[in-house]
Amino acid sequence: MIDVLRAAWLIARKDIVVEIRNRELAYTTLFFAVACILVFAVAFVDDMGHAIPGAAAGILWVAIAFSGTLALGRTFERERQSETLRALLLSPIERPAVYLGKLAALLMLMFAVEAVVVTLVATMFQASLGRAPWMLLGLVVAGTVGFAAVGTLFAAMLARLRSRDVLLPMLLYPVTIPVVIAGVKGTQAIFAAEPNLDLAGMWLAMLISFDAVFITLSLWTFGPVMSE
Amino acid sequence: MTTAGPGTTAAAFDDVDLHDVSRHYGRRRALARVTFSCGRGQILGLLGPNGSGKSTLLGVLSTLVRPSLGEVRYGGRPSSEWGDALRRHIGVLGHDLFLYGDLTAYENLEFFGRLYAVPDLDRRVRDALEAARLTDRASDPVNGFSRGMRQRLALERALLHQPRLVLLDEPFTGLDDESAQLLTDRLKTLRASGVIVVLATHDFDTADSLLDRVVCLREGRAREIERGGGPLRERYRQALKESWT
Repeated sequence: MIDVLRAAWLIARKDIVVEIRNRELAYTTLFFAVACILVFAVAFVDDMGHAIPGAAAGILWVAIAFSGTLALGRTFERERQSETLRALLLSPIERPAVYLGKLAALLMLMFAVEAVVVTLVATMFQASLGRAPWMLLGLVVAGTVGFAAVGTLFAAMLARLRSRDVLLPMLLYPVTIPVVIAGVKGTQAIFAAEPNLDLAGMWLAMLISFDAVFITLSLWTFGPVMSE
Repeated sequence: MTTAGPGTTAAAFDDVDLHDVSRHYGRRRALARVTFSCGRGQILGLLGPNGSGKSTLLGVLSTLVRPSLGEVRYGGRPSSEWGDALRRHIGVLGHDLFLYGDLTAYENLEFFGRLYAVPDLDRRVRDALEAARLTDRASDPVNGFSRGMRQRLALERALLHQPRLVLLDEPFTGLDDESAQLLTDRLKTLRASGVIVVLATHDFDTADSLLDRVVCLREGRAREIERGGGPLRERYRQALKESWT
């Protein structure tokens, strides 16, 4: 287990170093998420600065899901350029370590983007971040983990296919719809005029269950699906 | 140079045997009942036209591609018995070079060295950079390297963990005369130290003087070309003309 975590950390650290050097994923993902929020803000916030009730939560999760998909596609594109994914699979580390490493690096990137996205949504849609900050943090973290856990598996599976850019959202969104819905509902419960933390807690529990199931399944299936 | 990787016993892995190995991709047959063996200190060449199955065969030997039928034995043990540890004893230089362009030469070797748990890593990385004649470019990103420099670095990456079996796919591609000679010398050193080398190539002139044995592939079927009887290129052409049953 320690060997798996050590190898996963090596891969994640390598991805982070590469990203810090070229910042390609951070810039494109952030730009896309911010543009998405700004467009929705123009549509859903009136001249008096009042937003449609419930819109902020939906827009937050649309921005997370769409920008996350963009990051997912590119993170494995890098491994494809010089067939380095093959090199990782040829190394003596256990295959789940490759999955965990890629997932960890992707999560760090998504969390960094979400720090900006959540703040921007709160500002544009007058949603209070101070009502239940830990619950909101839990929802965003658990939802992102669930989305990225499934996405990393699918992106790795599709990395060698020519039609991967089309297939990734087609496979990913139907499976991650429960995550997005739970995230939206939980966040709505926090952003509502009268916050319902019990309801938000229930959605958070659902997200955590989803994370546990999909991380387990992904670890179990990653090795076989990556074999040719 | 010691040839055994971390945790290896030399006796554990001195030969590789393929028994009736076939590989199908849907209805397409990439390999058909390929059987041969290769022992320590041998350089075995895989020759054959494009699409004849050379890369698939290297993929099977590297454990990346599972045979549809048949079995590969490493030191008498099937790959399933070895588990993940088997890959510690195999070094692969693919047609693509398996290098991260945004990392420096040193960082590339260090990263893969850590994945293979190479002991005394800093010294081994510096030795590898010296062998690749890239010591003065160690801190430069690989993106700025020429094809030949990348090829030399990729070879050292494949050898960093001192594998027992080295698989090379078209290793002479893109190399100038001097680099090709360096690679030839490196392969001879590996042979002298008991490493099993399997290389796919179209470079007959280099291969003729280097290879101990030659296996020719055609439409997924393999046949060994005997030594002697003229230049390798002629023997290869003759082998392709003959009927294969």
